Amino acid sequence: MSEPLLAADRRPEGAMATLRRGLAMMPEFRQGLPVTFLLALLATAGRVVVPIAVQQTLDRGLGAPGGPDIPLVRDLVLVSALVVVVTSFAVYRMNVRLFRTTETALAGLRIRAFRHVHDLSVLHQQGERRGSLVSRVTSDVDQLSVFMQWGGVLGLVSVGQLVVATVVMAVYSWQLTLLVIVCFVPLAIAVKYFSRRLAAVYGVVRERVGDVLGAVAESVVGAPTVRAYGIRGRTAARIDTAIDRHYRASVDAQKVTAAVYVSGELVAAVANAAVVVVGVLLGIAGDISAGTLVAFLFLVTLFVAPVQTASEVLNEAQNAVAGFRRVLDVIDTEPDVRDPALADPARARALPPGPLDVRFERVSFAYTAGGRAALDDVDLTIAACRRVAVVGETGSGKTTFAKLVTRLMDPTAGRVLVGGVALTDVAFSSLRERVVMVPQDGFLFDASVADNVRYGRPGLTDAAVTRAFGELGLRDWLRTLSDGVATPVGQRGESLSAGERQLVAVARAYVADPDLLVLDEATSAVDPATEMRLTRALDTLTTGRTTLTIAHRLSTAERADEVLVVDAGRVVQRGRHDELVQVPGAYARLHASWRRSSGRQPEPAA
Amino acid sequence: MSARTLTGLSAPPSKGATVPRRRDAVVRRGLRHIRRAVVEQPRIFVLAFLGSSLYGGMTVASAYVIGGITERVLLPAFDDGATTTAALTLAATAILAVAVLKIIGILGRRLFAGIMSYRLMAEYRRRVTGQYLRLPLSWHQRHPTGQLLSNANSDVEASWFFVSPLPFACGALVMVAITVAALFLTDPLLALVGVVVFPLVFVLNAVYSQVMSPRMERAQQLRAEVSEIAHESFDAALVVKTLGREADETTRFAVKADELRDGLVAVGRVRGLFDPLMEALPNLGTLAVLLIGADRVAAGAADAGDLVSVAYLFTLLALPIRAIGWVLADLPRALAGFDRVTPVLEATGETRHGPDAAPAGTGGAALGLADVDFRFDGAQRPTLDGVTFDVVAGRTVAVVGPTGSGKSTLAGLLVRLVDPHSGAVLLDGIDLRSLREGEVSGQVAFVPQSTFLFDDTVRDNVTLGAPFDDAEVGEALRIAAADEFVARLPAGLDTRVGERGATLSGGQRQRLALARAVVRRPRLLVLDDATSAVDPSVEARILDALRASDRPATVVVVAYRQATIALADEVVWLEGGRLVARGSHAELLATVPGYAGLVQAYQPPEAVERAAGSVEVGA
Repeated sequence: MSEPLLAADRRPEGAMATLRRGLAMMPEFRQGLPVTFLLALLATAGRVVVPIAVQQTLDRGLGAPGGPDIPLVRDLVLVSALVVVVTSFAVYRMNVRLFRTTETALAGLRIRAFRHVHDLSVLHQQGERRGSLVSRVTSDVDQLSVFMQWGGVLGLVSVGQLVVATVVMAVYSWQLTLLVIVCFVPLAIAVKYFSRRLAAVYGVVRERVGDVLGAVAESVVGAPTVRAYGIRGRTAARIDTAIDRHYRASVDAQKVTAAVYVSGELVAAVANAAVVVVGVLLGIAGDISAGTLVAFLFLVTLFVAPVQTASEVLNEAQNAVAGFRRVLDVIDTEPDVRDPALADPARARALPPGPLDVRFERVSFAYTAGGRAALDDVDLTIAACRRVAVVGETGSGKTTFAKLVTRLMDPTAGRVLVGGVALTDVAFSSLRERVVMVPQDGFLFDASVADNVRYGRPGLTDAAVTRAFGELGLRDWLRTLSDGVATPVGQRGESLSAGERQLVAVARAYVADPDLLVLDEATSAVDPATEMRLTRALDTLTTGRTTLTIAHRLSTAERADEVLVVDAGRVVQRGRHDELVQVPGAYARLHASWRRSSGRQPEPAA
Repeated sequence: MSARTLTGLSAPPSKGATVPRRRDAVVRRGLRHIRRAVVEQPRIFVLAFLGSSLYGGMTVASAYVIGGITERVLLPAFDDGATTTAALTLAATAILAVAVLKIIGILGRRLFAGIMSYRLMAEYRRRVTGQYLRLPLSWHQRHPTGQLLSNANSDVEASWFFVSPLPFACGALVMVAITVAALFLTDPLLALVGVVVFPLVFVLNAVYSQVMSPRMERAQQLRAEVSEIAHESFDAALVVKTLGREADETTRFAVKADELRDGLVAVGRVRGLFDPLMEALPNLGTLAVLLIGADRVAAGAADAGDLVSVAYLFTLLALPIRAIGWVLADLPRALAGFDRVTPVLEATGETRHGPDAAPAGTGGAALGLADVDFRFDGAQRPTLDGVTFDVVAGRTVAVVGPTGSGKSTLAGLLVRLVDPHSGAVLLDGIDLRSLREGEVSGQVAFVPQSTFLFDDTVRDNVTLGAPFDDAEVGEALRIAAADEFVARLPAGLDTRVGERGATLSGGQRQRLALARAVVRRPRLLVLDDATSAVDPSVEARILDALRASDRPATVVVVAYRQATIALADEVVWLEGGRLVARGSHAELLATVPGYAGLVQAYQPPEAVERAAGSVEVGA
């Protein structure tokens, strides 16, 4: 098993505890519940009416002292039929009420979980695990909903039926009732074992499903590799193995479910036989009538059915509860970064108007508690309106720097101030409007280029978007698109190349018009000529704002007002490019390496 | 977020082949689909059906056993106030014997029904993925990844899910037939109840699946849309967060989630009505039996035991009859799933291979492109337009061009990932299309722009199952500068890299992909911007190692970096899908302004002139 995704996932918890936690989190679910229960109670009445009618017909109708009493039977049947019709209507009403409340509650739960996921840093820090978060607001909730539509209602009615059947049986004959219960005791004891076995076999099945998904994905995502290396046979064999193992695990699971199901059937038969034998003996002793005994045999089937239903839904219920737990864990996970406007409105502040400076006060950050510090005791000030480049090797802590300035994370120690205000006090509405970051992977939505650009500033017209591209020196590129800014970018922007996606992402941040712009390798996939055109345009356009650029292409550093050199979590050098490049050190090394790769002549020695 | 933008972003993706059809066709198409399942797995179906029939027969038998016991043991004992041990033993034995046979029936039914449905799923998954592997890359490019994954997984599952209760339902039909026959034997008037109730059950089921099918489809579609938004929104997390759009994203999601809720409530409303109706029918049947039966007993036409048997039978039949409903209710979903799987299974356009063997040569292969055109399906402009050039064996050529000029497409053509629309790609003078299957990949190695690693060990990711020994793998890793980090992995060569190499960094993945190409000692190596995450010195080492061999490979490298380009003997300059210029780096620098602008973009204007001058001097 992979490590848990969220802190809350580690907690072991019983099904009842999960249900309690869930009900507390779904206020919609409790609405009108008493009426629903009342209807459920009424519904179960309809199930026992038939056995009672049979008993009455046999004892009082056919066995009447003066020969069969047909009018009595007719009245009995009519009344029973009426009860059946009324209870059917009650079941209908109960079902509809239940479906409505559960679906409303689940939709609410789904939306709350969705909103909450956006607050969790795991979403942007562990990109490869996003899929598992998606499943918490989709398939986990879907599974719950499916369970509620099938098993949930069935379970509720079954429990009622079990209770009512037991009561009616007890009224007819407490001795036989006791006998039936005794017959079912071994089954009740075995349920714990069964549920463990079921959980085990279905655990294997789920794992195999994951293997199949992975293997199938290889044939789709890895399609170019499979073809380029001529390994169709090998890939097919891998998929076949995964499919085969999944098949065998499913059949194994089927064997266990079948065994669980028939054990109920066996117990029912034993109970029936016992009831007949003991019932006849009781009848001879004059304790019960023939009709009562026959009615009892009907009632035993009513008693068995819920038990079998329970064994059927046991596995489904376990899955549903596990899914429920996963959804609840999302909501229960404390976000690492909280909007002060929500957490503590009294403290929340807006950023001051005008240009923004940045201050790091002895800031340290570690991704895991006690782990290696990604940033280590960084203390510095960046004046407003400066263009600062942050450079360093991969893993030196550059990106951490960007994430702290934009408050995607909070420092482990120390604090970050923007415009003189501690970031932890800045309301998100103000922060996100004034401080904008362009990440390396500038994700695009499945919409037009213009829609994606105005995601940063809703309401912007197509003409304004076109103008923005012009200002960024990208008019030529825009002309290569079939439909200008109205061109659809496809799913995840896949109709554009990686470099083109970055161009749109930069435009999106540009129209958002922030006072502090953070570019985290935002143009790494753009061809050099376009990149230079774009950065020159940005240079003039960002005058009057503070710009922080994380870059591995040092062309940016050469043009910056100031360069911060980060190495192993510390700022080791700081200054202008032409100063830094003169002195031996980290920057000179980085620059020499970059110069080699971009094929430049060595700088003339000073 | 303005309403306009909102709709712009949340437009439902209209994909998946929902074949428009008349509503009354569901049941007929469903029956055809059932026949398909039975024809695919006839033996297993027969076994499951036999199990189910045994179960059905024993269910009917158990009712008659109860009736018989009532008539012969129960009533006499109550009348006489005495009974015999033999009678009681017989009664108990009869009940248990029938139960044991019934259990055997259930086991057979459930096991074989499960096997049947899982076999069908496994078989169709094999066929679908077989198609994925068979169909050309151009077909893949036309279909979104997510759609193909769900075709092979959830759609296949939906197609055959109904098979699990199918034998049960067929057994229930047998049971109904036996019951009606038994009713007629018992008493023709009582039989009338069955004749009325059972057809009603079928009619109700048919109406149900007809009413339910569009609702289920809509709910399924909405589920997919909700999932689509969640995927997109979470993938966009960084953008959403940095622009502070969480609330708007939640609104976008909530609108769909609420639509889904309404869709599911609509489904629930129909099911909520159907369930009690299906339950009430056998109950009303039992009551009708009592009404008519009492009359018949009074008239002496039937005895009390018969009455109990028939009444009990109706109670027992309630569940099996529901199985018919389960199958019918699941058929619309099955058909929708199968409709999405069918286009994959029926897709044609397999890459055709020729009869020729690759030229038997060692060392670099000569490469030729003759007037190559390529156009993506539905594209207005060709991606490649009349590209012609030759590469002498053993030479290294850099393909350079601005973003979107067709470089990656060109690289794909060289390894026959796609075929040109006109013109030809020649390896040692032979058209790639005339080579036998496996010959191209035997001669040419390709490292794509985005690396793909299998969820397998480092060793298997390099060898891909080919018989290279550890020394060869180690050498390839060394050339690709991957030896050091592989040595540091917990299990070295045997370390599993996780799904798509999730445990490795981008640069590490890229170096493994390079080792994968290098270990094969290809005669032509195609690198599509495959060293972007690798240090330039490492890249130089790789290319040097390839060329240092006494029989050097021909190398085609797509690149931006001047250091990479400088390693090439020759440069091909692409612009808008056309080969605009070719020559040495120095020549192009001097004659092609676009080329100079691109490769020297990082240099201040005065340095550009100096650099150009010095290269020319050196050339």
